[in-house]
Amino acid sequence: MKMRFKKITIVAERVLHEQVVELLKRHKVSGWTAQNVTGEGSRGLRASEWEGSNVQIYTLVPESVADAIMEDIAQHYFENWSVVVYSQDVEVLRPGKYQNP
Amino acid sequence: MIACAGLSGRMARPHVFMSLLLDNILTPVVLCFIMGMIARWVKSDLALPEAMYQGISIYLLLAIGLKGGAALSDTPLTVFLKPAFATLVIGLLSPVIAYVMLRKIGKRSAVDAAAIAAHYGSVSVVTFLAASEAVKRQGLEAEGYLPALVALLEVPGIVVALLFVRSEGSSSWSKALHEVVTGKSIVLLIGGLCIGALCGTQKLTDVQPFFGAAFKGALCLFMLELGLVAGKRLRDAGRAGLRLLSLGIILPPILGAIGVAAGLLSGMGPGGSAVLGAMAGSASYIAAPAAVRIALPQANPAYYLTLALGITFPFNLGLGIPLYIHLSHLLSPWL
Repeated sequence: MKMRFKKITIVAERVLHEQVVELLKRHKVSGWTAQNVTGEGSRGLRASEWEGSNVQIYTLVPESVADAIMEDIAQHYFENWSVVVYSQDVEVLRPGKYQNP
Repeated sequence: MIACAGLSGRMARPHVFMSLLLDNILTPVVLCFIMGMIARWVKSDLALPEAMYQGISIYLLLAIGLKGGAALSDTPLTVFLKPAFATLVIGLLSPVIAYVMLRKIGKRSAVDAAAIAAHYGSVSVVTFLAASEAVKRQGLEAEGYLPALVALLEVPGIVVALLFVRSEGSSSWSKALHEVVTGKSIVLLIGGLCIGALCGTQKLTDVQPFFGAAFKGALCLFMLELGLVAGKRLRDAGRAGLRLLSLGIILPPILGAIGVAAGLLSGMGPGGSAVLGAMAGSASYIAAPAAVRIALPQANPAYYLTLALGITFPFNLGLGIPLYIHLSHLLSPWL
């Protein structure tokens, strides 16, 4: 019983970790995974530089929610922050696990 | 030897200041910092694991708090009130001075100036430690309750600086306030102060082998990491421009002199006043950057990080601290 879902990946400055998770929860995601990552991008520097640089957050959502999340991220963070967001098609088992009523 | 000669000579001749300078640099703590900078400069692969320096910073902050708390419990409230008030005045005044100078001399935008001023309004804990050590090496007493003043100085400066550009986005403002007030450095410092004050010196002897004996060694490792980061900041300092970089050297002595004077006026000894001067002249790089990034995302982090860590911190470590000690000696007969 595989089903098509979207995996959204957000790479952001470490200080945004909690804010991004809050944003995801506003869209009623059922879960998320985060890990600390390092890297370089068009903006270069991080304010939290010497406490580690970036956080990468994933979440699995139905296609209908994915666009709204990405737009929300873009609207809030693209102007002033180092943030990358993208989505991929994935197939999941137990789709009910990733859908909040 | 050098320290004794410095004291008996009443700190007036230039060569005394030079020996004070040298004595200040040739210590394990400062040399570890320099080693970190050199390692970065030669592009060594030396790096402290993140978990390690996070752990060390927790250890250092808690140890400072405990020690200060124990001293606080032995200090009568009336003795502590005046220096506490002086510290609050410094916290309110220094971001204003920094902001005005950054606008007029540094020619920065209001947002960037406020962001940088927040760092100078707050305090660098490691600069405080280095100053305490330097003062001790000169044979001077520094008041035991100084860590409580560090905790007092940490927050107000950031808040005052952010008030300069408050108008837009008050939600990020409250988030930033939450970040400073509940940040790990404040929680550990104040928490440690409370624990230390509640337990008193006697009960703290149990934890002394861990928090006391190993303290300076841990500080050396932390300095190594700071040296690595500062070296990196220095490498791309050029982008900040000469005007701004020179402010990173001009601001500390001005703010530091105010701190020394405030310390002496509030009844602290020359040693404690020199340390308070170093605190006032220092720029925060733990509490302030995170708060400023959230409150003023438009401000360029390259400016405030380069200035606080790449310029002002090494300046204070090498030149500033001896300067504040010297100044404290010169002023103490008059204030």
